[in-house]
Amino acid sequence: MSEPTTTTIDINGHPCRVWTKGSGPKIGWLAGFGGLPRWTPFLDELAKTRTVIAPSLPGHPGATGHNLLDSHLDWIVAARQIIVKSGLEGEDIAGSSVGGSFVAEFAALWPHKVKRVALIAPWGLFDEKDPATDVWAQRPDDQPGVLCADPQIWKDFKAVPAGANSVEWPIEQIRASEAAARVFWPLGNTKIEKRLPLILAPTLLLWGEQDRVMPRSYADTMARLIEGKTTIKTIPGAGHLADLDQPAATARAILEFMS
Amino acid sequence: MKLMWFHLMPYTELPDDFKQKHPSVWVDIHSSLFDPKRAHHMYNDFMDEMEFAAEVGFDAVCCNEHHSNGYGLMPSPNLIASALARRTTDTAICVMGNSLALYNPPTRVAEEFAMIDCISGGRLIAGFPVGSPMDTCYAYGQNPSMLRERYLEAHDLVMRAWTEKETFAFNGRFNQQRYVNIWPRPIQNHPPVWVPGGGSVETWRWCAEMDYVYCYLSYYGYKTGLGVMKGFWEEMDKLGKDRNPFRAGFLQFVGVAESRSEALERYAEAAEYFYGRCLHIDPKFAQPPGYVTEATQRVGLQSQVVKAASYQEKFKKRPTSMQEIVDDGYVIIGSPKDVEEQLREVAVNMNVGNLMMLLQYGNMSKELTKYNTKLFAEQVMPKLKPLFSEWEHKWWPKPMQRSARAELPSFSPRVEAAE
Amino acid sequence: MKLMWFHLMPYTELPDDFREKHPSVWVDIHSTLFDPKRAHHMYNDFMDELEFAADCGFDAVCVNEHHSNGYGLMPSPNLIASALARRTTDTALCVMGNSLALYNPPTRVAEEFAMIDCISGGRLIAGFPVGTPMDTCYAYGTNPSMLREKYMEAHDLVMRAWTEKETFAFNGRFNQQRYVNIWPRPVQEPHPPVWIPGGGSVETWAWCAKMDYVYAYLSYYGYKAGLKTMQGFWGEMEKLGKDRNPYRAGFLQFVGVAPTRSEAMERYAEAAEYFYGRCLHVDLKYASPPGYNTEATQRVGLESQVRAAAEAAADPSKGKDALAAQGTTGSTTGTRFNMVAKTMEDIVDRGYVIVGSPKDVEEQLREVAVNMNVGHLMLLLQYGNMSKDLAKYNTKMFADHVAPKLRPLFAEWEDKWWPKPMEKAKRAELPAFAPSVQAAE
Repeated sequence: MSEPTTTTIDINGHPCRVWTKGSGPKIGWLAGFGGLPRWTPFLDELAKTRTVIAPSLPGHPGATGHNLLDSHLDWIVAARQIIVKSGLEGEDIAGSSVGGSFVAEFAALWPHKVKRVALIAPWGLFDEKDPATDVWAQRPDDQPGVLCADPQIWKDFKAVPAGANSVEWPIEQIRASEAAARVFWPLGNTKIEKRLPLILAPTLLLWGEQDRVMPRSYADTMARLIEGKTTIKTIPGAGHLADLDQPAATARAILEFMS
Repeated sequence: MKLMWFHLMPYTELPDDFKQKHPSVWVDIHSSLFDPKRAHHMYNDFMDEMEFAAEVGFDAVCCNEHHSNGYGLMPSPNLIASALARRTTDTAICVMGNSLALYNPPTRVAEEFAMIDCISGGRLIAGFPVGSPMDTCYAYGQNPSMLRERYLEAHDLVMRAWTEKETFAFNGRFNQQRYVNIWPRPIQNHPPVWVPGGGSVETWRWCAEMDYVYCYLSYYGYKTGLGVMKGFWEEMDKLGKDRNPFRAGFLQFVGVAESRSEALERYAEAAEYFYGRCLHIDPKFAQPPGYVTEATQRVGLQSQVVKAASYQEKFKKRPTSMQEIVDDGYVIIGSPKDVEEQLREVAVNMNVGNLMMLLQYGNMSKELTKYNTKLFAEQVMPKLKPLFSEWEHKWWPKPMQRSARAELPSFSPRVEAAE
Repeated sequence: MKLMWFHLMPYTELPDDFREKHPSVWVDIHSTLFDPKRAHHMYNDFMDELEFAADCGFDAVCVNEHHSNGYGLMPSPNLIASALARRTTDTALCVMGNSLALYNPPTRVAEEFAMIDCISGGRLIAGFPVGTPMDTCYAYGTNPSMLREKYMEAHDLVMRAWTEKETFAFNGRFNQQRYVNIWPRPVQEPHPPVWIPGGGSVETWAWCAKMDYVYAYLSYYGYKAGLKTMQGFWGEMEKLGKDRNPYRAGFLQFVGVAPTRSEAMERYAEAAEYFYGRCLHVDLKYASPPGYNTEATQRVGLESQVRAAAEAAADPSKGKDALAAQGTTGSTTGTRFNMVAKTMEDIVDRGYVIVGSPKDVEEQLREVAVNMNVGHLMLLLQYGNMSKDLAKYNTKMFADHVAPKLRPLFAEWEDKWWPKPMEKAKRAELPAFAPSVQAAE
């Protein structure tokens, strides 16, 4: 697994890391809860046939500036700048969980600036009868198993790499959780249902079969609301962060959809 | 020194198997455990106890704010303070305090504290805690990533509402109001502000800058608190502030009896109830991301002292048997002489001029509470009061002169009105 | 019937030239007019008066919420109610009420009312007003276009917080909370009786009927102006198939009792003129934030204006009456304030304040109650700058000579909306309190 190239864009005066790897048509990636503390096998799968461009959202590993953003409008404007500045306007874009929510927002508000969209269990809805799990109220031992079907995958993903700063690394991981909380606390409800009907792009809705965060029923709600053609697909053996649990299957589903 | 009487107002009838059957005393504690008719008696007992403490000469009575909490039945300490203002005459009333970010707009805090200050003739101490994660982020659903910014902004709004003479527009990040102009306004220029906080350097610096009292309210007594207070005073030295002990407050559980062994026996049940059942909190509510600032996290990863003061640490397994509770210094017990000596040591070693005493805790009965309170007032308090008399207390309420204050009518419940 | 003693807690020392020198008693009233040391005495006098009323046997004592207001010093009526709970034993405590949209999250209202209900052993009446434009939109900066929706949502949250047994997530338009689970919870089952102070809108009446809440018409303009509103209310109840139980309704009335009518006129003139002259001096610019009145209410108001103007054109003498009636039923609190009578003669003529001998007052209040079919009379026996002595005199006169005559009224109806406290024998015994004189400086 070779390293991606790193470039930096400026968002509200804060640096924001953009990782790029591969060749072929561009595909954007906004990562899920926790961001990208490291490059992942899933992205390598995509990079085999596509130029993968993965910018970080504010407050997620590689970027700061989340605490300048007070309203949901602030966040959407920041996400748009990130997408535009990393050269993803008019391209295929995929995103998972937290990132998936912003991909959906972008596709709704600037419907002619995306080609095709793939969303893995995106956040933004809350149904009282089928509530999403509170990822911020988990006993420390429970959290990995809530996010991934295989808890060890999450633990490895977040483990301090050799040579990293042992103080700053854990702080960055908490910051990513905080950045998500800043947008989505306490219910994860951004009222995205009001905007989903504006999405015109063909949209793939992917769900880990063992997602313990976002109920599967939300996929149906989203498919019903999105104006563009939608396809729902579930990934066996995957939890909420399907791209971490099942990199190959998840990448294959996206690439097939976007071919 | 100032000896203050603090009440947490715990629900006193949590079942014996509470720890086994229930995940948490806070946030999602089950409603079936709460009997309002029993709580009626608890509230009235507790307020009787506070009034009793005022009567026997404590310098202040203190109450605080918690939400969805089985050991703190005061979502609004202001309601209690207001009632106390009409059933006490000279005692300071310390509200410790209002979690500013939980009042939106925060104008309400400025107004309610002004009301209490007016009613009491200027006896209020205004406490401004950030509030625990359980209260703020979970029970009240506040965004942990904005909590501190909101707290600081609310603080600014309250202070301006108290001090500006003209109606003003407040154009904050979180609060926008075109007309801020509170009526009533406080009697004291503004009431003295006390800030209960953990062991963060930012809070210490802020207290020094604003000239506020810093209070370390821990349930784990002086042994744990010593390191924090040392850090506080070192920071004051660095900032060129004097070591006036009245800059600081500290909370301590106490049980007085004729002898140490009698005290151990008398207070064991209440202490074990508190440390066993009341502090049984589900750790999943400990760490909303962003609640602890990154600066504090950074220090915490390196400093045991700061770590000890963090909420996270509060969820560590703690002793719950009386012997350990006393050995670890959570509760100071003994004969009046024992207690006096230990508290003197606490006060002197920590250099703390404002001691907030918990003389009721857990399921302690009104009778035992009054016994503890009376014994303390009669035999411990007189010995400790002269401590720090060489320092001026610049952070104590300045009420109206007694002769200029309203005379409270006496009250006697009408027995003839019985059904 | 129920006779309730209401306090607005006015600042009693606004200057004589207040109207000339100052634009408004509300919102931007100047801070230099407020002397906290005088207010200390006012608060304590007022609470003494409330307790005195309880002692005299009034069925309830009532308080309410105002902000940045020179005639209403209770931004939190809950603080007063809580203090009263510890200095009264059996009297109902009517908080009239908490403006729901001003508590964010509204969980706080559920909690504080539960605390008062617990402390008092179940004596609380929970009032839920929307709140005036001055309080809500100006002093507290709430968006007028969302005020009513926020109010309704907050109401739903409070009721769920009181009644649901499990911790629940509230997923509202304006409030989102994942863990709602209040401690304490109210003594009264399933919750304290809810009373809604409202203007004369059909929506409010229909809602009160549907929810089985008491509708309270709190106007400062007395029975003459209130009659039409209450007739409208009962007409709506009939339409909805509800009985005419007078305890479905509450009404506010200023009263002054003395041995004779002329003495009453003399004794209460200063206080009444202070109230109607200074306390209701509100700058019109704060009267009508857009969206505060629903479009339906605006429509009804405009239609009646057009009708009144047409009547005035057809018959100038009749039209004058119609316009005068409108003077006390303007579209919002602020617009009404600006049309108010200010001399004692007019104040009494228009029926704002009922004054007279005990017999006069009894007769008039009986007429008010019967004609309006109102079982809960909220009486203002202190108003404006009335002294504690006079307030107590008025209260005692009323309690001794008027109340006993009125109380049997409506005995044939059950008051289903009155607090149901714990049995007295099961309630906590309040210790006596004597201010310790020996502690003097």
